[in-house]
Amino acid sequence: MNFIMSLVAVLALVLTAFLGIEAAGLRTFFSMAVPYVAFTLFIAGTVYRVLAWASSPVPFRIPTTAGQQKTFPWIKRNRFDNPANKKEVLGRMILEVLLFRSLFRNTKAEIEKGPKLYYQWEKWLWVGGLALHYSFLVILLRHLRFFTEPVPFFVQALGGMDSFLQVGLPGIYISDSVFMLAVIYLLVRRLIIPTVRYISLPGDYFPLILMLAIGVTGILTRYFTRVDLLKVKQLALGLAKFQSSAPEQVGTIFYIHLLLVCTLIAYFPFSKLMHAGGIFLSPTRNLPNDSRIRRHVNPWDYPVEVQTYAEYEERFREKMIEAGLPVAKEIAAGGPAVYPLTKK
Amino acid sequence: MKIYDGKFIIAGLVAFIGLATFPIWSNIGKASPLPEPKLDTPAIQQMEQKQCVLTRDEMRTGHMRLLDEWRIEVVRNGGRIYTATDGKIYEMSLQNECMRCHSNKTRFCDACHSYVGLPNSTPYCWTCHIAPREKD
Ligand code: HEC
Ligand code: HEC
Ligand code: HEC
Repeated sequence: MNFIMSLVAVLALVLTAFLGIEAAGLRTFFSMAVPYVAFTLFIAGTVYRVLAWASSPVPFRIPTTAGQQKTFPWIKRNRFDNPANKKEVLGRMILEVLLFRSLFRNTKAEIEKGPKLYYQWEKWLWVGGLALHYSFLVILLRHLRFFTEPVPFFVQALGGMDSFLQVGLPGIYISDSVFMLAVIYLLVRRLIIPTVRYISLPGDYFPLILMLAIGVTGILTRYFTRVDLLKVKQLALGLAKFQSSAPEQVGTIFYIHLLLVCTLIAYFPFSKLMHAGGIFLSPTRNLPNDSRIRRHVNPWDYPVEVQTYAEYEERFREKMIEAGLPVAKEIAAGGPAVYPLTKK
Repeated sequence: MKIYDGKFIIAGLVAFIGLATFPIWSNIGKASPLPEPKLDTPAIQQMEQKQCVLTRDEMRTGHMRLLDEWRIEVVRNGGRIYTATDGKIYEMSLQNECMRCHSNKTRFCDACHSYVGLPNSTPYCWTCHIAPREKD
């Protein structure tokens, strides 16, 4: 059901762009208004989300620890799973952001006949995730060729390396194939593993199906229906310079691709995709586990009236003595009668 | 609203906005006119009806597909004659046919290709095929 809903949503988007261009001819709307709105939402939404996160206090250290904490020098400790200072946290964050280390630790638990509980090394999710993110990065950077003139050297070189297999014309990009395989794997995984399917919401399916559709339309534009890239670049540069002229006829498939990408961008800050920013603000990742090394002061502490024991006894000494409680200092001579403790 | 760790947060957000708006600020004040592939070669000037192998729109978006088709036909099947939709006969050859008319590679092919970010050696075809000699 969740899957069908997401699928319908993406198909509706495709249809919107198709009808909007083919039937209504809303070229200016789809090639100018939509991208600007989407981009604004993306920036503003991301800033808003990050500031909202940053305004919640994290008074205590709450890192997830999955290794031996720093202790006696002769006990081997785990620097990255239980970082003790900022430097080690930096290492942990870099490994997390660039290599998805916590996903690498993923294991699969299964009860088999016995009954015995088995843990398996499960690396496919990590491989799929890594493949998806890095191919996406390459694709994103390659698209800079439409937004820069002259095209920077590294963008050209990236395109060259990405198509170095020299299969067909225009040459097939490796990142395109990896991206499609990864998205399909991640989607199929959600659908066929019952436990994963059970916890999958529309918010999980929608980005995957959307990315799948973006990949399909992108590949169609490049390898199959072809569009005039000169006009596409003119449009992109026009958008970047805020001086678009009314765009000329470019294939409808391009507008579908554009609308889907704009949807992804606009949807980004309001969805689980925002983990891209969230990872940097995760207290369970970005805090050193130094609760026992440094003194942490609650940032929202307000002055609480405290009483030391000496003050307490000063105040209640008589009553304590009456009740036969031990006191540290007897009542001075001249005061009320002194009841030695033993007398009771 | 109090921002905790404001130093890092603001630095991070500024970096994010800077990166995300790269296409905007990197293009300020830059002119980037559309390339104009030159059609003024002697061979084309002699033509009565200035016509490419396919229609202009088809060539624009699909010339690499045509070249691929030709290459496969020549190299794998040994066919060398291409009959266009209008009945004209062409030799399926990059050097001897395309470049006979478009003998100004740098001002024709390369003009477009560098605009869309293909390196000038790309199409990499010219590592084997010989580009026409140009005077200027
Ligand atoms: C009107 C502009 C234009 C002209 C003129 C032009 N091309 Fe292209 N060419 C393109 C575009 C756009 C692409 C697609 C680039 C892409 O998809 O990355 C392309 C791609 C190619 C490719 C595929 C390259 C690859 O690795 O993907 C080949 C081969 C090619 N052109 C050959 C030629 C030759 C040979 C000429 C000169 C006879 C020529 N082109 C003239 C615009 C042009
Ligand atoms: C008989 C001469 C001739 C041959 C052979 C020829 N062309 Fe052309 N080409 C032309 C002419 C003339 C035009 C301009 C067509 C027009 O304006 O309608 C043109 C236009 C083009 C364009 C579009 C340029 C633009 O500004 O939109 C491309 C790309 C192109 N040719 C590539 C090729 C390729 C690749 C080959 C080999 C497969 C080839 N041509 C073979 C004469 C030729
Ligand atoms: C590794 C060297 C090499 C590269 C790189 C190469 N070719 Fe070729 N190509 C050949 C050879 C060899 C032939 C066969 C020539 C013949 O039989 O006349 C050929 C034939 C062709 C033919 C048909 C015959 C002719 O005279 O043109 C076409 C068209 C062609 N190549 C297009 C391309 C295109 C387009 C590219 C770039 C995307 C390219 N080739 C890159 C080596 C190469």
